[in-house]
Amino acid sequence: MWEQIYNHFNDIVAAILFVIGFSNLLFQKNLIKKIIGLNIMDVAIYLLLASQGYISGRLAPILSGGSENAATYINPIPSGLVLTGIVVSVSVTALMLSMTIRLYRKYKTLDLDEILIKVRKEKDNKEES
Amino acid sequence: MDFVMNFPFFSIMICMLAALSTFMLGRRAAAAVAKIALALTLVLSVILTVYTHGTGESFVYMMGHFPAPWGNEIRAGELEGVMAIFTCVIALLSLIAGKHSIRTQVDDTKQNLYYLITCLMEASLLALIYTNDIFTGYVFIEINTIAGCGLIMIKNSGRSIAAAIRYMVVSLVGSGLFLIGTTLLYSITGHLLMQNINESVAVLAADGSYSVTLTIITALMTVGLAIKSGLFPFHLWIPDAYAISVMPSSAMLSGMVSKGYIFLLIKLIYRVIGFDVYKSTGVFDLIFIAGIVAMIMGSVAAIRTGFLRRMTAYSSVSQIGYIFMGIGIANSLGAVAAIFHIITHGLTKSLLFIASSSFTGNKEDIKVSDLKGLGHKYPVSAATFTAAALSIIGFPLFAGFIAKMLLANASFDCGWRMYAAIGAIAVSTILNVVYFFKCIINLYAFGGFEEEKKSEGEEATKAAAGDCGISVSEAPTKCEKTLHGICATVLAIINLYIGLAPGLLSDIITKGLNVFD
Amino acid sequence: MNILMMILLTVLIICAVVVSFIKSLTASVIVFGSFSLVVAVIWMLLESPDLAITEAAVGAGVTGLLFYATLKKIGSIKDANKKEKKVLYRVFRITAGLLIVMLAAALIFCMFDLPGLFSPDHPGENVVAERYIESGIEETGAVNFVAGMILDYRAFDTFGESNVLFAATICVMVLLLVQNRGKKEDLPESKEYYEDLKDEKEIEPKIIKNDVILKTVAKVAVPFILMFGLYVILNGHLSPGGGFSGGAIVGSGFILASVAFGFDRMERFLNKKSAGIITFVSLLVYCLAKSYSFFTGANHLESGIPLGTPGAILSSGLILILNICVGLVVACTMYSFFSLMRRGKI
Repeated sequence: MWEQIYNHFNDIVAAILFVIGFSNLLFQKNLIKKIIGLNIMDVAIYLLLASQGYISGRLAPILSGGSENAATYINPIPSGLVLTGIVVSVSVTALMLSMTIRLYRKYKTLDLDEILIKVRKEKDNKEES
Repeated sequence: MDFVMNFPFFSIMICMLAALSTFMLGRRAAAAVAKIALALTLVLSVILTVYTHGTGESFVYMMGHFPAPWGNEIRAGELEGVMAIFTCVIALLSLIAGKHSIRTQVDDTKQNLYYLITCLMEASLLALIYTNDIFTGYVFIEINTIAGCGLIMIKNSGRSIAAAIRYMVVSLVGSGLFLIGTTLLYSITGHLLMQNINESVAVLAADGSYSVTLTIITALMTVGLAIKSGLFPFHLWIPDAYAISVMPSSAMLSGMVSKGYIFLLIKLIYRVIGFDVYKSTGVFDLIFIAGIVAMIMGSVAAIRTGFLRRMTAYSSVSQIGYIFMGIGIANSLGAVAAIFHIITHGLTKSLLFIASSSFTGNKEDIKVSDLKGLGHKYPVSAATFTAAALSIIGFPLFAGFIAKMLLANASFDCGWRMYAAIGAIAVSTILNVVYFFKCIINLYAFGGFEEEKKSEGEEATKAAAGDCGISVSEAPTKCEKTLHGICATVLAIINLYIGLAPGLLSDIITKGLNVFD
Repeated sequence: MNILMMILLTVLIICAVVVSFIKSLTASVIVFGSFSLVVAVIWMLLESPDLAITEAAVGAGVTGLLFYATLKKIGSIKDANKKEKKVLYRVFRITAGLLIVMLAAALIFCMFDLPGLFSPDHPGENVVAERYIESGIEETGAVNFVAGMILDYRAFDTFGESNVLFAATICVMVLLLVQNRGKKEDLPESKEYYEDLKDEKEIEPKIIKNDVILKTVAKVAVPFILMFGLYVILNGHLSPGGGFSGGAIVGSGFILASVAFGFDRMERFLNKKSAGIITFVSLLVYCLAKSYSFFTGANHLESGIPLGTPGAILSSGLILILNICVGLVVACTMYSFFSLMRRGKI
């Protein structure tokens, strides 16, 4: 058991972080917290992915000492995928934050539930008038 | 290598380049560029489909100088060609028909960005359709998500942004699940190319190793895609998003965006995990049950809401249920029926949104009871709306009927699935009849018409006097009205054509699905 | 697996838990910043310097800045926690909690089942990874194998990735850009938006013009930051980093300059027009270059682009050009995000 945990420590931490981020994204009412949760979730996935590429004792995938032997370096694929992923996360974060700014300006709150209630009220007012 | 094989790549790049150039253009030029690009893509896709239908095979296309497991590649066959045609048709017709909505509801200086987002969306959908690599699929899913968010919030009102943020939260949960599924799949197979994953998974399944892990991975990825396409328990964002955004956005979102994810799911089943392994995981049952619940609950919600556009949106929820039920039947006939329904529902639902935009104008909340007599005022829209409604109900002559027939047909000899599927189709059809006939009867009712006419006269005088309230430019011009009518009619004719001669389409889908794995 | 990594991973979990429960938003953003920094160190321990430099520039740098810009805009209010008493709501919460526990159990089970970490027998160590390293230099000319992989072998992914960034920029512009209005009448919806903006004049960035410390530090730091960013961009094919991380560093240099010296001075050379043109031209070059290489590759034509001597600065064919393009786009984008968030224009 302990040895299993030791062997898969990165994976397990990634799973725990994923679940923490996931529940923050879904259940936090505060929009900023939701966005932080989103980022934690993404980092968890990247941690899992990057851990798959590392092999103990090997070097970073940049030519060193002129060795072109694949057994000298770690697997470069996960690094490339995570790089792509990081760009995606920062784009989505910027977009969500701008939406948060607009919603705060309009409804003066960061609580998504409260915003939705206010939206509904606004709609009813429109209908009455 | 035939030159036609370049066409999938050309169509993606044309849309990307069009998106890029609209960034620097004014609104009129941007509209023209976007429409030309979409029309060009449509032509290319038609040629591609004819070509692949002739050869009866699919082909792969290297994106770069390196062959498949190393480089990226895309793959095209009949099925992909038909899906590409279908997305192009919907995007093009929605943009043309929605000219008035875009002009009056989107900020002048930001209209070119609307066309930009549409082009990016089309490019990403094409890439999703053609992709042969699961990570490429993920990247383009994200473009699709962001572009979808842009389509929803383009009006820039508080309500539309609130709808968009709800959509984003739900979609991001979906992408997260899909990405972690992809990562886990990479860690047990070491591949990203669909074909290679498929081979490794087949070996693993034969060994019996990782069986539980494979089930969990399959479930995660399926649930992720289902969340993004708005399957029942995750549909809460749909009504707001479809009802509040401008009309072409609603038409495109319901018609093609959610369908792109479902197509990727079908690819996942047939090309990544492999049908047999997927079946052994039991996720099909999950999809099937969720689909059936969605069919019923979507229709019930559509009856309960009194607003026209929300009703149409809930109807989408129930129709997505049909598609998932088709996939969940777990045989190739079911998949054919599901893809057939993806196409018919996309065409029908976008027609519903386009046609109903003449009744609702730019208002978000129009009640079904407000439609009284409008059928006489807008004969073309009312006729096409009726056609679309009949198609969704499953009236013979229309495409929706064929889709329901295929679905029912696929479920034969499938044990309990048969009773459940046919029962659900029957119940859902009755519910559909209830809410769509309410609309149709209201549309053609007498009584409200005189009043409407009077108020229209008043509006005209007001506008002529230059009184504020409704400025002159708010009313659709004659040209816009004609284009709107033509688009609606074209969609209705396509619908009728598929309904009368479904052979060609179902033949292409069946053959395309056969070369899928 | 070493002890340091285990400690850092535990710190990550602690940070994540603290972020979820802490009341003050500013504090949670700060904790999140340290979270990203720890992640950057973990990337270093996993021998992925490309990721480390990107995470430090983006995760701990620009993302943090964007969070602060947002908090500044909304006045950093407290996360008010109100108690809900509806029964239905509680039922929903409990069901959701159960589902989350199930998800956690399923994932952790999966993790135990995965192939052992850090061993050479990992399924990822296959022909694909082998060719990236063994033929990488010969085929792409890039000494940094990751750069060769993402910008040449798997270039379509990366092309999609820069389009994600482009799409996000467009959406942020739709949301936050305030245009100079002509005579044209405003639409009712956008009128509402401009009215929202009006009462914001008071919160409008009062850039700390008199802050001597900030100004002096910025004067010294900005040139170095920009130089380092340019170095990272131009050496993307030789050393860790590349267009994206370098661009983010340059972008954060711009942000620092704008905060210290005022947006007006930045606007002289980086305004909506110039940022738009730079983005447009770079993406166009990127798009055309990659289209050319995809087209020639698929049709089995010679691309005719010299790869140069591996290790030299002018080498590895298109990779250098693409890195420069991506760097420019990212620098402009990061600055525009910040500027749009702070004052509604670029």
